[in-house]
Amino acid sequence: MTSTPPARPRRSLSLAQREALWAYVFLAIPIAFYAFIRFWPALQSFYLSLYTWHVDPARRRFVGLGYYRELLENPVFHQALKNTLQYAVITVPASMALGLGIALMLQAVGRGRGAYRAIYFAPYITPAVAVAWVWGWMYNYNYGIINTLLIEWYVFLERFGLERLAIEPQRFLTDPNLALVSVSVVVVWQQLGFQVVIFLAGLQGIPRIYYEAARIDGATPWDLFWHVTLPLLNPVIVFSVVITTINALQLFDQIVNINFTDQGGPLNRTLSIALYMYQEAFGRARLGYAAAVTVVLFAIILIVTLIQLRLTQRRVEY
Amino acid sequence: MKHLVRALLMTAAVVIATAQAQVTITYWQYDFGARIDAMEQLIERFNAENPDVIVVQENAGPYASYQERVAAALAAGEGPEVVQLFYGWAGAWQRAGYVEPLPAEHFDEAWIQSYFIPMVESVKIDGAYYGLPTAVRALALFYNKDQFREVGLDPDAPPATWDAFVEAAKALTIKRGPRFERVGFGIAPNGQDHHVVRTVLTNQLGTPPYSADGTEVLYGNELGAEALAFYTSLQTEHEVGVNEFVPGANGYREGFINLESISMIIDGSFAIGNVRTNAQFDWGVAELPTFDNGVQANFGSFWMNGLTANAYASPEKLEAASRFVKFVTNEESMQLWLDVVGELPAARTLVADPELTADPVFGAFIAGLAYAEATQFVDEGAQRSVMVDAINRVLLEGADPLASILQAAAEDQALLDAANAQ
Repeated sequence: MTSTPPARPRRSLSLAQREALWAYVFLAIPIAFYAFIRFWPALQSFYLSLYTWHVDPARRRFVGLGYYRELLENPVFHQALKNTLQYAVITVPASMALGLGIALMLQAVGRGRGAYRAIYFAPYITPAVAVAWVWGWMYNYNYGIINTLLIEWYVFLERFGLERLAIEPQRFLTDPNLALVSVSVVVVWQQLGFQVVIFLAGLQGIPRIYYEAARIDGATPWDLFWHVTLPLLNPVIVFSVVITTINALQLFDQIVNINFTDQGGPLNRTLSIALYMYQEAFGRARLGYAAAVTVVLFAIILIVTLIQLRLTQRRVEY
Repeated sequence: MKHLVRALLMTAAVVIATAQAQVTITYWQYDFGARIDAMEQLIERFNAENPDVIVVQENAGPYASYQERVAAALAAGEGPEVVQLFYGWAGAWQRAGYVEPLPAEHFDEAWIQSYFIPMVESVKIDGAYYGLPTAVRALALFYNKDQFREVGLDPDAPPATWDAFVEAAKALTIKRGPRFERVGFGIAPNGQDHHVVRTVLTNQLGTPPYSADGTEVLYGNELGAEALAFYTSLQTEHEVGVNEFVPGANGYREGFINLESISMIIDGSFAIGNVRTNAQFDWGVAELPTFDNGVQANFGSFWMNGLTANAYASPEKLEAASRFVKFVTNEESMQLWLDVVGELPAARTLVADPELTADPVFGAFIAGLAYAEATQFVDEGAQRSVMVDAINRVLLEGADPLASILQAAAEDQALLDAANAQ
């Protein structure tokens, strides 16, 4: 123990390297935390999906890919998958188009922009439960304000003999053909504020000088929108598409609360994959099967996101 | 200093020794005011009588997330020793290991069969009981006597047959344009009505819904279709009610009690407390109507006290937990539960109590209990969806009742087969 080790040449770190090292150390803390409470349990669901569920791990039975085979054949899962894709196809373009439109108008408004923005943003920060309940009442056939207005509209038109223009009162949430669209409307309404804020930020980041230069070259407002605004908004659009799509694919709160007696109904027409997973896991205590559903949902979100990034990121130009 | 340390150590040793002599049992049920309150009173009594056991009740959250919490806690090795569960969950919970059988050494089968009403047999899986109830419930018809008077019906002669029921409901219904101002009957497929179709109407028409051993679905036939057709005709043909008339989790009850826009509902005895406290009108309760053949049927159900794997941690715990389950199911406890929660007792002796049978409210339920049947569910959540969908196919898509009930029977049979294969 008395022999001294041969002196190693000491490598001294530059200031920049040391700063980077510290940055890595600090970044590692939340990563370690996330890895432990987020990523590790997520990985465990792969493992869980191969076994029947039992609280005692020793009594879980290995079923291999059995639950995945069941998924392939299960009509309720197919319905949930179809619905989930429909939610995405309806809510993503609708909320983005409306959000961009409103952001453009707010951009043009000088006075009171902050107030408008706050009003549009309010639904986004309202709890989904409260939103779903209020809309549940508004949609109701017998008590709902929407059907009341439709009836008033009919009465109004009747005076002029124009009943043909009237719309019948609708069973928005119990008509199997309307329910999914009705829920989608609520989702769009709620996400609008988020889109507006994101697009406003994006619009404000576009230097005015481009517009001025284009106008000098004789560009019409339409040209400005297509050739200046939209391309320069691309990074914001990519971000918004990806985030909104992921939200749509994970839709849960609104569906659960808007039709509380028959969640996902009528006849599973509003059932999303996330809700289906929840029902199997905690309504039927089939956590193994539910884990398989989660894995499939994860795969879908991953694939959709990768495709979107591929398709949209190419056109980023500055 | 030395003395102080020694004194502290000794005190600690004494405390630990006392704590070890006492067994702590944790009890879980979902958060519902009167039930929590009643259980607190029972626990207080039990702890006073059993100094070697400490029972603690923990708040396990609202009904909507109850199963979630039980699953998470037990999987983490935490949670209760004694747990309250709906009898229909027993199958799914047993397969997931949330509930373990009551130990035969502490619960004698002959005693269970002689002490409890027969309905309790429905939670026997492979010869073992998975829980025992403090209280049971049956269905009955709640009706608004004031509205009966208003339309010229005799408030003291509630409909005894389904024909009379339809006539009364028609008289009570008020329609303005395409919308209802008041409905005669609060249709609620996802409330109690799926039980009405599956268990009440089928039995009344002469087809038991399941085979005696619970392995076979028997309602997939003309009689099952007739049951479904009658129920759905209330909305489609007679127009005395409409699904989702009042939105919300218990819209039908809300409409009956608070909005007074529903004149009659079929509900369980668990609704008595709510109706009593909140209804601002004269109301009555009647036995469920029958068809012309006069055959009576009812659906009974119950929440029960079961043991988790935690209770099996040591023989002492198991003995203490079993003692507690026996305590909360003894006659005094049932009486207290009846007084505080308003749910019917589960012991044969108490059900026969003349005072209860003569009670104007409890009487109808007690009468129903006598011929009530608790469906042997293997997976209550999934089986409920099967019947709710069967009803909705007819109500919302105009499906043929026979085709719809046949589909339901096939789906239900698949669930039974899957559960029995395990």
